[in-house]
Amino acid sequence: MYSLLYKNLQRKIIIITLVVSFAPLIILAVTMYYQFAKTCKDKTEEQILYRAIAQAESVDMFLKERIAILSSIADTHGFNEMVDEDNLSHIFNVINSRAGAFVDLGVIDTVGVHRAYVGPYNLKGLNYYDQPWFAEVMSKGVFLSHVYMGFRKLPHFIIAVRRNENRKSWILRATIDPEVLEGIVQQAQIGRTGDAYLVNKDGIYQTNPRFKGLILSQSDLDTSLFGGRVTVVELENNQGRKLLYAGSWLKSNKWLLIINQEPAEQMASLFAVRNVQITIVVFGFLVIIMTTIFTTHLAVSRLQESEATMQELNAQLVQSDKMAAIGKMAAGVAHEINNPLNVILQKTGWMEDLLEEEDIKESKNFEEFQTSVQKIEEHVERARKVVHNMLGFARKMEPHLEDVDINDTINQTVTILENYARTNNIEIQTDLSGKLPIIASDQAKLQQVFLNLLTNAIDAIGKDGLIEIKSRRLDSRICISIKDDGPGIPAEKQKNVFDPFFTTKEVGQGTGLGLSVSYNIIEKMGGTIRLKSQAGKGTTFTVEVPVVAPERK
Amino acid sequence: MDRFKILVVDDETDFLETIVARLKKRKLDATGVVSGEAAIELLKNELFDVILLDVKMPGGMDGIETLREIKKIQPLAEVVMLTGHASLETSIEGMKQGAFDYLLKPMKLENLLEKMTEAFENKARHDKKIRNAVIKDLKHKPDSTIKGK
Repeated sequence: MYSLLYKNLQRKIIIITLVVSFAPLIILAVTMYYQFAKTCKDKTEEQILYRAIAQAESVDMFLKERIAILSSIADTHGFNEMVDEDNLSHIFNVINSRAGAFVDLGVIDTVGVHRAYVGPYNLKGLNYYDQPWFAEVMSKGVFLSHVYMGFRKLPHFIIAVRRNENRKSWILRATIDPEVLEGIVQQAQIGRTGDAYLVNKDGIYQTNPRFKGLILSQSDLDTSLFGGRVTVVELENNQGRKLLYAGSWLKSNKWLLIINQEPAEQMASLFAVRNVQITIVVFGFLVIIMTTIFTTHLAVSRLQESEATMQELNAQLVQSDKMAAIGKMAAGVAHEINNPLNVILQKTGWMEDLLEEEDIKESKNFEEFQTSVQKIEEHVERARKVVHNMLGFARKMEPHLEDVDINDTINQTVTILENYARTNNIEIQTDLSGKLPIIASDQAKLQQVFLNLLTNAIDAIGKDGLIEIKSRRLDSRICISIKDDGPGIPAEKQKNVFDPFFTTKEVGQGTGLGLSVSYNIIEKMGGTIRLKSQAGKGTTFTVEVPVVAPERK
Repeated sequence: MDRFKILVVDDETDFLETIVARLKKRKLDATGVVSGEAAIELLKNELFDVILLDVKMPGGMDGIETLREIKKIQPLAEVVMLTGHASLETSIEGMKQGAFDYLLKPMKLENLLEKMTEAFENKARHDKKIRNAVIKDLKHKPDSTIKGK
C-alpha cells in the first residue's frame, strides 16, 4: 500500500514537472518559429519586390533609350534625307552597331505609306493608314506597340516617333527584336523555381516565360491584382503550389513585369533553422524527462527512507511504551501474586512443621501428606520464579547500563517461554559458556531481544522441534546464537526480515516489529544481529554484543 | 543460635499468624502486629532485636514511615524489609533509611532465619562496640551519664 502511494506521488510529481517544463518550451519554440518564419517571408517578399522594381527600371531604360535614339534621328534629319534608302541604311547600321536590338527601320509619310525601309522584310509601299497605331503616333508623337505578329508572322513590337516638318508630319518606325528585351527580363529568373516575364494588361505574354506558356499566349495571371506601381501577392499556380509574385508596371503602363518564385526555395534557411529547433526541443524534452524522473525518484526514495525511519522510531516508541505499561502492570500483578504465594509457602511450611509431630507421623497417610506438601512448595517456587522472571523482564524499560550476566538473561528468557515451548513439543537446549564476563549493558533490552528471537523460533517451528541456544566469547565480543529446525526463511525474504512491519506470520499473528526492534536495540549497543537460513533446514540468528567492562564500585 | 526477640509487622494476618507460630515452634521469641502504628506502640514499651517489616501496608503507615519511626524509638534494633517485589525501589530506599536488608516474598523460612541471624549478629556486634565504648568512657569519666547511641 505504501509503495503504491509513493508510486502515485512519483507519477504526479513527474507529470506536473513535465507539464510545467514543457509548456514554456513548446510556447517558446512555436513563437520563435513563427516569428522567424514571418521575418523570412517578409525578407523574401522584400527581395522579390526590389528585384521587380530594378528589372522594370532596366526594361524601361532599354525602351527609353530606343525611343530617344529614334527621336534624335527624326529630329536631326529631314524627310527627304530619310527616304533616301542608302542614307536610311547607313543610319540603321550606325544605330544597330551602337545600340543594337533594331530589326528594321522605316519611314512612313503623312498618309501612311511606307516610303523607305531597311530590314529583312519587304515592307516598302505598305500602307498603314488604317492601322490603329498610325493614328496614335500621329496624335501623340510616340508609339510603343504590344508584341504582335503583324505582316511578318513573327512576334515583334515596334517603336514609332513622329516628326513635324514644314507643316507635314512623317513617322520614323523601327522594329525591336523581342529576344533582346526577353534577355533583359530573363536576368531576373533566379534559382530553380524563379521566373520573370512581361505581360500586357490582358495577361498576354510579351516575352517567353521560363516554364509554361509561350509569347503571345494567354497567361493565367489576373493583372488587376497588381495595382499601383509595384505589388507582391502570393498565389497558387495551376499545380497547386504556392508562388510569390512581384509585379511592377513599366512606366509606359502597357506592360507588367512579373517575377515569381516559390517561397519555400527562398526560405530554405528557415527550414534548416526549424530542423535545428526541433532537434533542440526534442533533446530538451529528453533531458527534462530524464532529469525529472531521476530527481523525482531520488526525492521520493529519500522521502520513503525518512518515512521508514520515522515509522521505525514510532514503532520503537510504541514498543517501549507498551513495554513500560507491561512493566507497571507486571509489577502490580507480581505483588498481588507474591503475597498469596508467601502465605501458601508459610502455611505449607507450618503444615510441614506439624507433620513432624509424633501423632501425625504415625498416620498411615503421613508420606502422602509430606509428598503433597513438598509438591506444593515446589510449585510455589516455580510460580515465584515465573513472577520474578517476568518482573526482571518488564522492569526498567528505559535504557540504562547495569551489570548483566548474559547466561542468566538467557536462562530467565528460557524460563518464561519454556512452558509455551513444551506445550508445542519443542525442546529448548542451552549450551552456555562458563567463561562469559559480566558486562555493562541493558538487561531488559537484551532480554527483549532474546525473547523476540526465541518466540520467532518457536513460531517458526510450530510443533515438534528443537531450539539450540549457545553463548560463546569471541575476543572482545559475546556471541549468542539461537538455532531452530523450522522451515527456514526463503532467500528472497531474508533481506527484509529486519524491516519494520515485515512479517511472515499470518495476518494478526505478528506485528512485524519484533526483529526490527531487536535489530535497533543490538545496533545501539554497538553489536550486530545476523541471520543464516536455508529453506527446509532451519534458521540461526546470531547476536554479537561488545564486552563492555562494568564500572568499578 | 542465641535467643533473640523478633517483631513481625505485616497486614496479611494469614502470613503473620503462621510465621509467628513457625518461629515460636523453633523456640524463638516472636511477636506479630498487623500495622505500623501497632508496632510503634509496642516498641515504645518493649525492646526487640530484629524487626521484620512489610514494605507495603495499605490503609495505615507504610513500611518506610514505620521504619523511620522505629529508628527513632529503637535505633539499635535491626530491621529486615519484606517486599512482594513491586516495591523493590522502596526496599532499597528503606536500606538507605537504615534497614539491615530486604527479602523478597515468597521466602523460605530457612532464608528468613538466615537473614535474621545475620541481622542479630550485626546488632550484637554493634551492642558490643557500644558497650565497650561506654565502659571505656566510664573508666575515664566516672560521673558521666550515657545519652543515646
